[in-house]
Amino acid sequence: MKPMSSAATLRWLVWREGTLAWRRRSDVLGTLFFFVMVVSLFPLSVGPERPLLRSIAPGVVWVAALLASMLSLNRLFAEDHADGTLEQMLLTPHPIYVIVLGKAIAQWLVSAVPLILMAPLLGVQFGLSVDAPFVLMASLTLGTPVVLLIGSIGAALTLGLRGAGTLTSLLVMPLYIPTLIFGAGSAQAVLVGSSPAANLRLLTAMLILTAIFAPWAAAAALRISLE
Amino acid sequence: MTSQTIHWYRYASPGNLYQLAGQLIPWFAVPASALFVVGLYLGLFVAPTDFQQGDAYRVLFVHVPAAWMGMVLYVVLAFYAAVGWVFNARGSSMMASSLAITGAMFTFLALVTGALWGRPTWGTWWIWDARTTSTLILLFLYLGFISLQSAIDDPRRADRAGAVLALVGVVNVPIIYFSVQWWNTLHQGATIRIAGETSMAGSMLVPLLIMIAACWLYSVAVVLARLRCLIRERESLMTRSVVIE
Repeated sequence: MKPMSSAATLRWLVWREGTLAWRRRSDVLGTLFFFVMVVSLFPLSVGPERPLLRSIAPGVVWVAALLASMLSLNRLFAEDHADGTLEQMLLTPHPIYVIVLGKAIAQWLVSAVPLILMAPLLGVQFGLSVDAPFVLMASLTLGTPVVLLIGSIGAALTLGLRGAGTLTSLLVMPLYIPTLIFGAGSAQAVLVGSSPAANLRLLTAMLILTAIFAPWAAAAALRISLE
Repeated sequence: MTSQTIHWYRYASPGNLYQLAGQLIPWFAVPASALFVVGLYLGLFVAPTDFQQGDAYRVLFVHVPAAWMGMVLYVVLAFYAAVGWVFNARGSSMMASSLAITGAMFTFLALVTGALWGRPTWGTWWIWDARTTSTLILLFLYLGFISLQSAIDDPRRADRAGAVLALVGVVNVPIIYFSVQWWNTLHQGATIRIAGETSMAGSMLVPLLIMIAACWLYSVAVVLARLRCLIRERESLMTRSVVIE
């Protein structure tokens, strides 16, 4: 049998993960509800004043998105590891890089895209004006893949450990800081009347860098964890 | 090869490394204690009171070396972790694990002394200033490294996983630092700062340099001592036959 090309493997992986997620819709919806609920807690905790809510909205949405991504990180490798699928995948002749990238893309489509689509709505709830919700959406579109790719390193390192979920968040949260700053900063820039372009460009640069290097580091981590 | 050449590979063996560390510790520990005594005496009693900041400035004799060591040790840690991973050298990886706690301790010390200094000088314990914030994040990176290694029972996996994390961290440190500075200028204007780089009087500079040297020597001595403990622990776990000393 002719071995699959890397592109075909990538497509196959994304298809497989997508199908699995579709059959377990409650997991995906759970992440989305978690995101919406965390964001809704903020007006209840800091008070309903419009100007205050407007100024904290980008930060709140971004932090909630980071927390929600933690939930999906735990699913990234853990289930395939538990039933042995992951080991079989690593035994195939395909580079682990491609497997990590495929899983990250699938996870992004499944768990981050609903979140990105929901974000402008939450922005409106927080009283954001015309442009800001869309800038928020753009920053999440550029930023959530970075978050998932960096997170895949943490998830791979803690695979099969006790308390892996908490540990993963401890490891990757400090690494999320630049993404958080540029992401929330872009919508914040619109609020104070300046251009979000610089923030979005920096976010794009980070996306390119992490897309190249993070799967490679996560592949090394997977190899270490499954030795 | 002359007979003068040091055979570094010899010390890749934990048994030899254990002995080398044992021989080196006094050469660092004794000067470190002496310099601490001299430096603290000069800094706390001899150096004149600063005319702007009063006696509060004296905390810098601990703060500056601590902040410096916190940053340097992370890079050293990443270096040893990488060497240990690439060349499969257990000794190097154990060096990395030994460095982590000392580095975290110095970073924490820098934050605490910074707060103690900030209270009388800036009027607040904490400021979200770029340097303070990145030091805090550095502490998080140390804690991540330590908690990852302590969560893994297999020492080989712990070493390698730690190496990946340390390398990812060390690549990210400049990006984090830059982004925090960016964030700081975006959110708040210039924080209260002592204007400009004032040149330091010799009577203050000398104790500072002595304290920096003392902290370096102390770090080496403590890390080597912890390395010896780690070698004892691990080698007795892995092979009981390794004869140490």
